[in-house]
Amino acid sequence: MTVMTRSLPRFGGFSLGMIKLELRRLARNKRTVIFTLIFPAAFFLLFGTSADYKTEQVGGGNLTGYVLVSMAVYGAMLATTSGGAMVSIERAAGWSRQLRLTPLRPYAYIATKIVLAMIIGAVSVAVAFAVGAVSGAQLPVSAWILCGLLAWVCALVFAAFGLFMGYLLPSENVMQILGPALAVLSFAGGLFVPVDQLGSTFATIAKFTPVYGVGELARYPLTHDGNLWLAALNVIVWTALFAAGAMWRFRRDTARV
Amino acid sequence: MSGMTLTASPELTTAPAAVELDGVIKRFGAVTAVDGISLTIRPGEVVALLGPNGAGKTTTVDMLLGLQRPTEGTVRVYGRAPHEAVELGLVSAVMQTGALLKDYTVEETVRLTAVLFGRSRADAEAALERAGLTEVGKRLVGKCSGGQQQRLRFAMALLPDPELLILDEPTTGMDVAGRHEFWSAIREDTSRGRTVIFATHYLEEADAYADRVVFVRRGRVVADGTASEVKALASGRTVRATLPGAVEAELLAVAGVDKAEVRGETIFLHGRDSDEIARYLLTRTAARDLEITSRNLEDAFLALTADEVSK
Repeated sequence: MTVMTRSLPRFGGFSLGMIKLELRRLARNKRTVIFTLIFPAAFFLLFGTSADYKTEQVGGGNLTGYVLVSMAVYGAMLATTSGGAMVSIERAAGWSRQLRLTPLRPYAYIATKIVLAMIIGAVSVAVAFAVGAVSGAQLPVSAWILCGLLAWVCALVFAAFGLFMGYLLPSENVMQILGPALAVLSFAGGLFVPVDQLGSTFATIAKFTPVYGVGELARYPLTHDGNLWLAALNVIVWTALFAAGAMWRFRRDTARV
Repeated sequence: MSGMTLTASPELTTAPAAVELDGVIKRFGAVTAVDGISLTIRPGEVVALLGPNGAGKTTTVDMLLGLQRPTEGTVRVYGRAPHEAVELGLVSAVMQTGALLKDYTVEETVRLTAVLFGRSRADAEAALERAGLTEVGKRLVGKCSGGQQQRLRFAMALLPDPELLILDEPTTGMDVAGRHEFWSAIREDTSRGRTVIFATHYLEEADAYADRVVFVRRGRVVADGTASEVKALASGRTVRATLPGAVEAELLAVAGVDKAEVRGETIFLHGRDSDEIARYLLTRTAARDLEITSRNLEDAFLALTADEVSK
């Protein structure tokens, strides 16, 4: 190939081929698989499938179904966060520097990570729902679909969170920090225990934490309960904040070298 | 030491130079890593960049790859800004600490590189083959030896079929067999006319593989010539003797001495004709305990890269 006939790849290097290879690598990572696919399903089986949960009605389904949606949200969160946080591991390993020696544009790299985060998020929700369906969770058909979609789409906020943290914390073990942090946020946001059981002060604070909105939105098709607009606002504001944080760190990272 | 600078005569060609550094300075805060390097490398040259640690080799390489921007001066690679040349695959590199992801297999790593450069799967397989990695293709990168990982970096660097290949301390940490295998692969590859720049502190590598050697010291080029020219610089011998009360300036005036050093009562005189120097010392001075040693490449390297303070 001569000097003159060379050309740049399309879309800044964003490609299906890269996504496929990255997915293969992710599937090989036992920690990711356990965290994002097995944990949420196991939590659901532990906390959501007692006999009285199965008989207690919530909306058009049962309490087991309610817990299932919450756990699906939790799984999607873990999945998208770890997807975004991949940049941290790759920066720590110096891989980002290696990628600078290719035509891959930084924005195409970020886009690839977001797509990957959303793919594993979707798989996580699907696995949790499959386990739920055979373990006594009952939801109206519309809620199976809408709750699943919302749990997945709203987890985008955590893809942004993962990216932000991935650029903020250059560590190989970033998920060891973020895993517990997400568990705390899930408690604070009423994902494990409904916020009104935590006392009124806590319930008020909970509404401002990032998990609250996602949980409320995802369960809405089942419960038709709570303030939809407030929940949506929560998701939008946190997504914007985390995305801005990620952009800020990302720009610094790109400018440095 | 300025007399040791040899400059390869530039040829007039219409094609752009492979590399054109013009008055390049790179500062990091108060530290000047590169202090005014001007260098032209023509297509097809195999150039060794030699120098001690901290001489500015890696910073120079980083600027050629667009990983660092010069504080002053310009860097062009095949007539383009370095980052453009990188994106187009005109230049690629095997870096000293080039990162690899441990949970990719060897084959996947090369295929990913192929995908990023818009190359086919067949190109990826060819690169694996050329780097001698076909047999370990399914192995996880984390399970590969240091030599295999370095050949993997080489395979990745070959993928865009670059006009210019940069190797930054490519064999550091390899055992003798690994170094041999690595250089065999490179040698076979460069026979196809690729331009190669390699930074190294293994003199024998520079001697064996470079047709031009550029010595860098404290961010400047202190010598630049063909390997044989640089070897000529290394010829000559050092005469050591005990001579109380010697004065450096007087010793320098002795016929045939091009370098003199006084350390206490011991003197070190360097020159092409060591016999002449020895004869003078024994007949005209009170010098005793004479010892004559040849300079080798190692000494040339030390002489060219040592701090002026020790002179």
